[in-house]
Amino acid sequence: MLTLENVSAGYGTFQALFGVSLEVRAGEAVAVIGPNGAGKTSLLRVISKVIPLNGGHIAMEGQSLDSVPAHRVIELGIAHVPEHRRLFPRLTVEENLRMGAFINGARSRFDERLAFVYELFPRMKERRHQLAGTMSGGEQQMCAIGRGLMSGPKLLLLDEPSAGLAPVIVQQVFDLVRRIRQEGYTVLIVEQNIQQVLKVVDRAYLLEVGRIKMSGASQELLENDEVRRAYIGL
Amino acid sequence: MDASTSRNLTILKGAGLAAILAFPLLGFSDYVLHIAISILLWGFVYTGWSVMGRFGLVSLGHGAFLGIGAYGTTMLWNLAGLTPWIGIPLSVLASAILGLLIGLPCFRFRITGHYFALVTLALTEVARLLIVALRDTTGGSLGVTPVGVVSPEDPVSLYALQFASKTVWFYIIVGVWLVGLLIWRAVDRSMMRYAMEAISQEEDAAASLGVHVTRTKLTVTVISAAMTAFGGAVYGQYQQYINPETVSGIAISLQIVFAVIAGGMFVQLGPTVGAVITLLLGEGLRLGFGHEFHGLDVTVYGLMLVLFIIYMPRGVLGKAVEVMAARGSRPGTPSPQPGE
Amino acid sequence: MEFSLLDPFLWETVIQGLLFGGVLALLSLGLNIIFGVIDVVWICYAELIMLGMYTIYFLYTDFGVPLPLAFLAGILVVAVLGALLHHLVIRPILHTEPINQLLVTGGVLFFLQGLATMMFSVEFRNLGVSFGSVSVAEMYFPVSRIIAFSVSIVAVVALWLFLKKTYLGTAIRAISQDRDVMPLMGVSPRKIYLVTSALGGGLAGLGACLLVLLYDIHPAIGLTFGPITFMVCVLGGLGNMIGGFIAAFIFAEFIALGGFYAEVEWGYVLAFVFFIVMMFIRPQGILGSKS
Repeated sequence: MLTLENVSAGYGTFQALFGVSLEVRAGEAVAVIGPNGAGKTSLLRVISKVIPLNGGHIAMEGQSLDSVPAHRVIELGIAHVPEHRRLFPRLTVEENLRMGAFINGARSRFDERLAFVYELFPRMKERRHQLAGTMSGGEQQMCAIGRGLMSGPKLLLLDEPSAGLAPVIVQQVFDLVRRIRQEGYTVLIVEQNIQQVLKVVDRAYLLEVGRIKMSGASQELLENDEVRRAYIGL
Repeated sequence: MDASTSRNLTILKGAGLAAILAFPLLGFSDYVLHIAISILLWGFVYTGWSVMGRFGLVSLGHGAFLGIGAYGTTMLWNLAGLTPWIGIPLSVLASAILGLLIGLPCFRFRITGHYFALVTLALTEVARLLIVALRDTTGGSLGVTPVGVVSPEDPVSLYALQFASKTVWFYIIVGVWLVGLLIWRAVDRSMMRYAMEAISQEEDAAASLGVHVTRTKLTVTVISAAMTAFGGAVYGQYQQYINPETVSGIAISLQIVFAVIAGGMFVQLGPTVGAVITLLLGEGLRLGFGHEFHGLDVTVYGLMLVLFIIYMPRGVLGKAVEVMAARGSRPGTPSPQPGE
Repeated sequence: MEFSLLDPFLWETVIQGLLFGGVLALLSLGLNIIFGVIDVVWICYAELIMLGMYTIYFLYTDFGVPLPLAFLAGILVVAVLGALLHHLVIRPILHTEPINQLLVTGGVLFFLQGLATMMFSVEFRNLGVSFGSVSVAEMYFPVSRIIAFSVSIVAVVALWLFLKKTYLGTAIRAISQDRDVMPLMGVSPRKIYLVTSALGGGLAGLGACLLVLLYDIHPAIGLTFGPITFMVCVLGGLGNMIGGFIAAFIFAEFIALGGFYAEVEWGYVLAFVFFIVMMFIRPQGILGSKS
């Protein structure tokens, strides 16, 4: 569904990614793991074209993303739930969800998808008139994922959904990711919580200093000695 | 800076000053002399603005200080018969106090950027409206003339600070202007500059370095307010006519800011260059097109300002210094300063 | 003058102030939306209004265009000017220090004022449309002011509904809270800024429609209405439209009552002094929250 071929990207003079290639197939859940500063967030950002693509190619379902501007990427079925959730704090939950359905193709199906998101996250329905900035971290994450789903994407990019949340909530977030998978969404997730994320995805890539160091089925990586030593702390 | 460039610079400055001092001896008409006087006088006022403006304290309210200087001095003379020798210091003091009064809460509450600009804008409008509203004493929007005591027979009154001769005024205003440049340099040289530059970049960081943010900001504000009021007072004495539009209100306040931007607020002579540009432009357009195209000068002026801010935010002289520094032809020019 | 609550002239003044407040509220609306969304103060806002007034005036008097059509044209012209202002002047320096954006529009102020002086001369012009006045219990109110007030209220409500109920309106509110995330919603910030600028211009154009009924047109009229409009916005908390709305009425009453007890300049002086004092008590504006 999504293919990255030899992708290089960075901010200004700083290069974050060096020749990264990866693939996400329809129906899969794929994780990109790695330490802080490995370039995981940059990877998602370059897919969304929020940062410029300096080299290589990105394609979604065979269609090249190379010269697509950032605000058109979502029209190709890619929804990006960014790091730190980035909700609009002074908009209500429902208004945040409305922003998720901004693109032309999504507006006509707003009611239907809103019902779906509310069914997925009943808590959001209770809080729909509350300002997003006043909710707890876990609730905000639900809202952010819900906002991502409102455009009816084929592929959901999740950037560190568990970051900054209490351990109990982290568990809920990964349950959430599992639910979304069951709904048939393809997911590309970036996480530092490696042990947890490897339990919910099919495959994973290990990113270090902007390069793919290793890839494989999640069980393989979970059992890999190097990964265990360096990232799981065993 | 090595010894030879330092010596060259001194020679250059000396020659420049000599040329300025010799200017009235070259037999120019009163009109030319008037332009020169205006350039130096406004150069002084603009320098006064840039004392605070260069540190990110962009005031749109300097018309208030200008107005206090001009109207204070003139009113004290006209109504109380008080000589400008006392009237000017009183007006300057009043303006400095006003600067303190407006600055203290602003800096305490960290009113900066847009808010500071708009609060000071309100201040200058209050000054203008007060002058208009007090029309029984100030003459309102028609303006006022300091009661004249000089005549062709008796062309000099030191007591009233009135002089019929443009040449006399020229030398007085050269002196005023030079003092302005010295104040600018003193502020620049003192520790205050480093403190202020630290503040204009990051207040909290500056505070953590032990800079007393509020006090430092207040000091430059008071200096700036006092200089501007002094300029206003001298303007009134020289022109022998002031009105609320020319020494207060939004238009003159913006004009001060823009002239400084055009010339460059980060170099000593920048504001003066701004005065040269704006006054010569205005006069040039007036001479070139006469009054047929009333408003042409303001149009071109406005357009130039837009282009300056977009393409040359450090001003003409600032840009020139930058270019020269880049070429390495003038070691010792200040390294690029914050503010862009 | 003796103070009496039964004085019909006093009540007439208070209500006149209320009517003027409606106009000020409308004037502040466009400036507020521009500031709230783009974080830019258009110092030349009132000059855009001035050009709108001239557009309406010439279309109506010289070209015989019916007044409603001339109004519509005035709104459109100023909306286009707003978009142009953003595209040509603001956008190139959007990434520089915020104060530069304020100052550059000051350059535009001089440019537009000078241009108007050249093209239309300093002559005062009047549309010459009169709607007469109505009298209620010994108090007289010009109909044009009542119209202006009503239009202001309708415009405020319409804008509120637009911002609250539409996708575009929601995006306009959202972009001021997090600009960088907008592309992920499929929104082009550049386009929203342009639309917002046109909207702000359109509101200035609507302001022109009302002012042209109430005042003479001349090239410096912007200097009369500019400062008070900024003060209203800042007092309400820049970008806070409800705050601006309330501040407009406070200012208008100051001006009206000041004019009633003394001269109209005193009203303005009082209003501006009140503004400066308020800035020290509540620098974030009457409705702004402490950050």
